Amino acid sequence: MRKGPSWFNLTSLVFGFAFLYLPIVLLVIYSFNESRLVTVWAGFSTKWYGEMLRNQQLLDAAWVTARVAFTSATIATVLGTIAALVLVRSGRFLGRTLFSGMIYAPLVMPEVILGLSLLLLFVAVDQARGFWTVMIAHTTFSMCYVAVVVQSRLAGFDRSVEEAAMDLGCPPFKTFFAITLPIILPGVIAGWMLAFTLSLDDLVIASFTTGPGATTLPMKIYSQVRLGVTPEINAVCTVLVGVVTLGVIAASLVTKQQEARRQRDIRRAEAQG
Amino acid sequence: MAKKPIGPVRRDFAPWESGNAKPFIEFRNVTKRFGDFTAVDNLSLTIYEREFFALLGGSGCGKTTMMRMLGGFEEPSAGEIFLDGQNLAGVPPYRRPANMMFQSYALFPHMNVEKNIAFGLRQDKLPKGEIEARVQQMLKLVKLEEFARRKPHQLSGGQRQRVALARSIAKKPKVLLLDEPLGALDRKLREETQFELMDLQTELGMTFLIVTHDQEEAMTVADRIAVMDKGRIIQVATPAEIYETPNSRFVADFIGSINLIEAKVAAKNEAATRLKAPNLDREIAVSQPTEAGVGDTVWFAIRPEKVRLGFDAPQNGAANAAEAEIWDIGYLGDVSIFHARVAEDLILKSTVANITRTVERPISWDDKVWLSWDEDAGVILTR
Ligand SMILES: Nc1ncnc2c1ncn2[C@@H]1O[C@H](COP(=O)(O)OP(=O)(O)OP(=O)(O)O)[C@@H](O)[C@H]1O
Ligand SMILES: [Mg+2]
Repeated sequence: MRKGPSWFNLTSLVFGFAFLYLPIVLLVIYSFNESRLVTVWAGFSTKWYGEMLRNQQLLDAAWVTARVAFTSATIATVLGTIAALVLVRSGRFLGRTLFSGMIYAPLVMPEVILGLSLLLLFVAVDQARGFWTVMIAHTTFSMCYVAVVVQSRLAGFDRSVEEAAMDLGCPPFKTFFAITLPIILPGVIAGWMLAFTLSLDDLVIASFTTGPGATTLPMKIYSQVRLGVTPEINAVCTVLVGVVTLGVIAASLVTKQQEARRQRDIRRAEAQG
Repeated sequence: MAKKPIGPVRRDFAPWESGNAKPFIEFRNVTKRFGDFTAVDNLSLTIYEREFFALLGGSGCGKTTMMRMLGGFEEPSAGEIFLDGQNLAGVPPYRRPANMMFQSYALFPHMNVEKNIAFGLRQDKLPKGEIEARVQQMLKLVKLEEFARRKPHQLSGGQRQRVALARSIAKKPKVLLLDEPLGALDRKLREETQFELMDLQTELGMTFLIVTHDQEEAMTVADRIAVMDKGRIIQVATPAEIYETPNSRFVADFIGSINLIEAKVAAKNEAATRLKAPNLDREIAVSQPTEAGVGDTVWFAIRPEKVRLGFDAPQNGAANAAEAEIWDIGYLGDVSIFHARVAEDLILKSTVANITRTVERPISWDDKVWLSWDEDAGVILTR
């Protein structure tokens, strides 16, 4: 029998990865292009990164995005965690199935519809559109993702731990912060990070719900690209890619290390008997 | 007739006999249903202050459910529970003066051993120095001093169990509920801890309610034992009474090993009864009255160590004797168990202490032997 992947598997692998990463690689390469023309290579330069830092509009958009992402992720994490707790903990109540189904709905709902309906709502209540409306819209849809992530963490939760805390004289509210939250914290953090990235790269919903003075980075990039792609935009995107990649690597390193330490501890405990 | 004491008297403590002692924990007609399933069935029980009380029963008979109702994690479907005169209905777990050791240990995974033990003390806002001293005392008690900084997942099963025990004792509660506290410990450590629990209980004057599967453990530590079956209490009595005078076949069979012989009442008076078993030639004489009428079916129960075994027919004219054939032998070191076949469908067990290391004439398979027992060696059971 032949070792290693077959010719067919190898080809599909190469094509698959090329499809995924070639555009990004091109984008990164051209961000270092000397020429103003995106498609013509004229030597290496970092001047577009300098341009980018001098572009006040771009920086403003980045700042708006960061603020929206941070606040919406934080609020969504609080609300999503509460929703997950209710879904997992409350046992059976009237409409539980409906409720838990509804929490998943925004995950599969087309963004256009979500954005449009939120816009209609804001118009109906006569809410001036801007930073707050984008933030609320992002909270709404990322909350569901948080709920799903935290729910999976809660599914294997041993409730007797909370009972033990209460048995030792700890009231329920304090028990939540002293016992429950620390145990589900990895899930909560993962949910926050997910919500943050979702908000960071959302274009559709933000376009629907934003107003003057609250242009997010994806919107800014998109509108600039319509006037023609500049290497400056490539530079911005490269920075974004870099930030996200670093975040993912850091997160996976931390979890890996924790898992390795846990395994080592368990082995040591077993060896000692 | 003066009542003969049953078994050794361990300490002078029997409030349940006085009749006017105030109950400390009281279950009044408590029922707990989960859906259609009745886990605890109209159960009434009184436990006295400073008592060491054991709940014994098969898996799923409702022991943990009873403890959880006392701890406040389940509300009874019907009935009431009183603790020190206070009705516990609606009192949340964190306001009950009882601490529980959970069957699943329920250690806080994100806290080390020390912090786990200190948790309850910190809730009481004790001064720091006192908490530290108490934690050290507890660590010493469960022999985990070197493991104080370990997290629960870095401990073995037995070590975790000891942390759970220490955590529940740390607050020195009025009532300590122990759900299988020693199941994961090896025999030696378990015996040590049993005696330490007993010392602790006398020292601190706490009331202990312990659940165990291990009847030997229950007999060792408890003042009284309740034997449970399917959500009901079958008998509550001291270990010796449970062992020597079980009130039913269930209890007799559950505690220790027993020979049960189905028989009919042949004759009776106020002091003695004669039974006739279809598969025994002679009638069984029992120096015990029975409420069953002549002709009723009853069961004669006798412990294997009270059945004597010999090669010769008993000479003192003991009424209770039967000829048998050795069917099986189990050597346990301190004792040997002989299964002797008396009739086609009746095998009686007899345990013989191995008093000497060698015997002149060993008993072997297929040997013909005589079984005999005294008139007060067994009991008559009507249910
Ligand atoms: N929350 C629950 N929902 C439904 N049934 C339950 C629940 N808790 C316990 N039961 C049932 O009640 C019965 C008694 O359970 P319990 O835990 O009290 O048994 P136990 O005597 O402690 O058994 P073990 O010795 O195995 O621990 C069991 O048949 C169990 O399946
Ligand atoms: Mg149990």
